[in-house]
Amino acid sequence: MHIIENGNAAAALGVKLCRASVIAAYPITPQTPLTEKLSEYVELGEMKAQYIPVESEHSALAVCIAASSAGARSFTATSANGLLYMHEQVQWASGARLPIVMCVVNRAVGAPWNVWNDQQDSISQRDTGWIQIYCADHQQIIDTVIKAYWLAERVSIPVMVCYDGYILSHTFMPFDLPEPEQVDAFLPPFKPDYFLHPQDPANLNTVTLPDVRMDVRGELAHGYMEIRCLLQEDLRNALQTAAEAEKRFAGFFGREADPFLEPYRCDDAEHVAVGLGSITYQMRVCADRLREEGVKIGVMGVRYYRPFPDEALAAALKGKKGVIVVEKALSYGYEGALMSDLKSALYEYLAGTGSLPVVQNFIAGIGGREIRTDDLTQTLRAAAKGRVSKEPVWIGLRL
Amino acid sequence: MGTRNYRRKTSHSEHGAGDGGRTGSWRVERPVLDPSLCIPCKRNKEACFICWLFCPDVVISRTIPPTINLEYCKGCGICAEECPTKAITMADEAKFAEEDKE
Repeated sequence: MHIIENGNAAAALGVKLCRASVIAAYPITPQTPLTEKLSEYVELGEMKAQYIPVESEHSALAVCIAASSAGARSFTATSANGLLYMHEQVQWASGARLPIVMCVVNRAVGAPWNVWNDQQDSISQRDTGWIQIYCADHQQIIDTVIKAYWLAERVSIPVMVCYDGYILSHTFMPFDLPEPEQVDAFLPPFKPDYFLHPQDPANLNTVTLPDVRMDVRGELAHGYMEIRCLLQEDLRNALQTAAEAEKRFAGFFGREADPFLEPYRCDDAEHVAVGLGSITYQMRVCADRLREEGVKIGVMGVRYYRPFPDEALAAALKGKKGVIVVEKALSYGYEGALMSDLKSALYEYLAGTGSLPVVQNFIAGIGGREIRTDDLTQTLRAAAKGRVSKEPVWIGLRL
Repeated sequence: MGTRNYRRKTSHSEHGAGDGGRTGSWRVERPVLDPSLCIPCKRNKEACFICWLFCPDVVISRTIPPTINLEYCKGCGICAEECPTKAITMADEAKFAEEDKE
């Protein structure tokens, strides 16, 4: 069924269809309408779930961690400083291997205080061991939430579904609302391998010594390092499971895409503009304009940021003259985080092949600064002509 | 409930002595039991066992006499504190270092 709704409602409808049974969240702009919608569903009895209002984001994720440990499909959502306040529990959830799904409605972080969109919040959580997926439209938001639960529960790793505040969260767009029976068939009830139960008591994630140890059954139990290494291994292998999720989803709903990348006019392109989230769709407009001028340019949306689809990305960019990375976040003191990751992937797969593209970095839309399509087009035009700067260049800066 | 595979991916420990590693080496003081003061020993009867009940590391057995697993006893002294007849006393671990060498 096609409906017209805003991005937050698309996420809420996805969570409802997934039959999440515990929702804990603290309202923060621009995530608020999402949690309001969910509390409404629970209050009206449309959703059989416990909605637990909490006093902070730290508690919101702590509730989800407890609920997930007890075998409940759990959901939370946040933005910006809320996500930063949650940071300790973010690390905990992945270390404890709990398949929680969290929507991050991207917003700039303070100081100075700002409520508008950029992606500094979720990018700053890159190294927490969560799977991170970026959405570019409302259909992707609802579909990604559904796929995220399937993926998370298969690999026992939590997933962040990230989408741009306002640009996606507060705008209305038509999208297909999956049928509940179809979602039930796609996503069976959550049956964890282990969950806390009075008949099977256990200590979870207490002090774990540096070395391995004998457990009470006399078997060798992992030390901290083994457990952390398995998280890394499983995250890397999750790329495979993500591809399976995409295939399975297409079988049920007919929408199939490359799970990791979203290329646009890239096949014959000499230059490729790369980004995360909604900005990639804006860059498609720029690419269309530049194509009319004869500039052979395409756009590559990166959907999975962690685990990073390094091999797929390097393969897609092989033989290109230039790569232009446009980011709404920055690893302060160096360059955009996506820029660094992309360069390392190119080095790994293309070094010595003689086909390493020139890579440039642009920073845009920080703190919600309007990204004018004309400015963006001008930037891509200049970058396609030759290297503008070694350092990241800020688009629309008035300094 | 509970597969080996998933448990091995997380830090998962069960109720029992020493699931946090060989913690006996942490001990500064060692609990020593005097059977002449211990209620179950004196009466040769299953009685009292307050030490067994209170030990946070589950290293004291519910036997006559109660035994203390020194591989895992951290020497917290709770047993000595709780024993109603003061049958358990805490002795300086350095005293035993020489004996252990011999």
